[in-house]
Amino acid sequence: MRAGIVGYLSLVLLIPLAAVLWRSAGAGFGEFLQAIVNPEALAALRLTFGVSLLVTAINAVAGTLIAWVLVRDSFPGRRIVDSVIDLPFALPTIVAGLTLLALYGPRGPLGINVAYTMVGVVLALLFVTLPFVVRSVQPVLIELDRDMEEAAASLGADGFTIFRKIVLPNLTPAILSGAALGFARSIGEFGSVVLISGNIPFETQVVSVYIFGHIESDNVSGAAAVSVVLLILSMAVLLGINGLERWRRGHDR
Amino acid sequence: MIAKLSLRAAALGYLALLLLLPVSMVIWRTLSSGLGTAWAAGSRPEAVHAFWLTLGIAVAAVAANTVFGVLCAIVLVRHDFRGKALLGSVIDLPLAVSPVVVGLALIVVYGRSGWLGGWLAEQGVRIIFSPLGMILATIFVSLPFVVREVVPVLREIGTEQEQAAGTLGASAMQTFRLVTLPAIRAGVAYGVVLTTARAIGEFGAVAIVSGKLVGRTETLTLYVEDRFQSFDLVGAYAASALLAMMAVGTLLVLNLARPDESTV
Repeated sequence: MRAGIVGYLSLVLLIPLAAVLWRSAGAGFGEFLQAIVNPEALAALRLTFGVSLLVTAINAVAGTLIAWVLVRDSFPGRRIVDSVIDLPFALPTIVAGLTLLALYGPRGPLGINVAYTMVGVVLALLFVTLPFVVRSVQPVLIELDRDMEEAAASLGADGFTIFRKIVLPNLTPAILSGAALGFARSIGEFGSVVLISGNIPFETQVVSVYIFGHIESDNVSGAAAVSVVLLILSMAVLLGINGLERWRRGHDR
Repeated sequence: MIAKLSLRAAALGYLALLLLLPVSMVIWRTLSSGLGTAWAAGSRPEAVHAFWLTLGIAVAAVAANTVFGVLCAIVLVRHDFRGKALLGSVIDLPLAVSPVVVGLALIVVYGRSGWLGGWLAEQGVRIIFSPLGMILATIFVSLPFVVREVVPVLREIGTEQEQAAGTLGASAMQTFRLVTLPAIRAGVAYGVVLTTARAIGEFGAVAIVSGKLVGRTETLTLYVEDRFQSFDLVGAYAASALLAMMAVGTLLVLNLARPDESTV
C-alpha cells in the first residue's frame, strides 16, 4: 500500500516537478542565470514579490478583523456571511477575475477602472486569498478563554489595550500561518490576474503570466528557470508554515 | 458600542466590495441580457461540449484522488515509518505550486521533446493537447483535499473498533469496509466536494496542457476566457454565471456537512 502511494505521488507530483528542475539545469548554470536575470523576468519576479507582500499585509489586518466580527459580534445574517467567506475557494479563478472586471473594469457601473493596473492585480489577489487568514484565526478566537480579557477590563484596560496586549499575542501564530498560506498562493496565482493585469511587461506582468507567455512561445527552458525560482520560494514558505504549526502545537501543550 | 458597529461595518463593507458586489454583478449582467440570450449563449455546441468535458475530467480526477486520498490518509495515520513527515509535506505541495508551473511540468515530461512524450507518441498515446493531460493536471492541483479531510477524522476515531473487529475474526478488507469506511464517510464526502470544486475551477494548468482546442480540449473555465478574449461578453458571463452557481452549490453542501462550530 505504501509503495502504491509513493508510486502515485511520484508519477503525478514528483517526477513532473523534478523534470522542471532538470530542464532548467539542462542548458547549464550560465543559461539558467541568464533566463532569470533577464530584465523582464526580474521585473516580473520583483513585482510579484512586492504585490504579494502588500496583499499579505492587507490580509493579515482585514482577515483578523473579519474573523473577529464573525466570532465576537452577532447580527442577523452572520451565518450567511460566514459561509460566503469560502466563496473564493469554490469560485473558479478565471470567473473571479471576470467578476472583478465586471464591476471595476472599463464598462463598470461605478466609473472606476482598474483594468491593466497594479490596483487590479492587488484586488484579484485579495479576492482569491481572502479565506486564508479568516479561516486560520477563527477557530483560535472561538477557543480563546475570555477570563483574561475580563480580568484586564476589570483592571481598567480599554478595548484597544485588551486587544493589543491579550488577544493579539494569542492570535499571532494563526495570523502568521494564514498570511503565509495566502502569500504562497499569491506568488503563484494565475487565473484571476491573467485578464485583469493586461500583461504589460515591467508594469503589470506578474511572474505566473510571464511563465505562461514563455511556454506559449515555446521557450520552455526560460519558463523552467523562472519556475524553479518560484518553486523554491513557495517550498520555503511551505516549510516555514510547517515549522510554525509545530511551534503552535508546542505552544498549546 | 460605536467601536463594535464600526468594526462590523468595516468587515462587511470589505466583503461586499471585494466579493459580493462583483459576483452579483456578473449574475445580474447575465440576467439583464435576458434569460433567452443567456440560454442561447450557454447552449452553443462549444459551450455544451466544454460543460461535459469539464464534468468528465472532474469525475476522473475526483475518483483517482478519492481512492488515493483514503489510502494515503490510512498510511499517514495508522502506519509508522521513516519519512512520514516528508510524505505529509509532499501532499501539501500542490497548494503552494503555481498552476502554471504544474502545466509546465507536465509539458516537460509528456510534451513532444519531453522525458516520456517521444516514447509515448511512438506508442500512439498523446497526453499533451488531449484530455489525458488535462486529467493529469487536474489530479495534481486537487490532490491534497481528501487526504487533509480524512486524516483528522481517522485520528479522532482511534483504533479500538478496528481492533475489536479484528479479534472477532474480520479480515483487513472487511474491517475497512464495515468499520473504518462508515466512520470516515463524512470526512471523505467533505474532501470529495472540495476536490470537485477545485477540479471544475482549474484554469492555469489545464490552459497550458490542453492547447485550448475549441470544441475539443476546452473546459468551461477555458471557454470563459476564450469568449472574453473574443469580445463575446454575453457568452463569457453566461458560462461564468453557471460556474458561479456551481460554486454556490458547493458552499451550500459544505455548509450542510459542517457542524456549526462558530456559534460555540
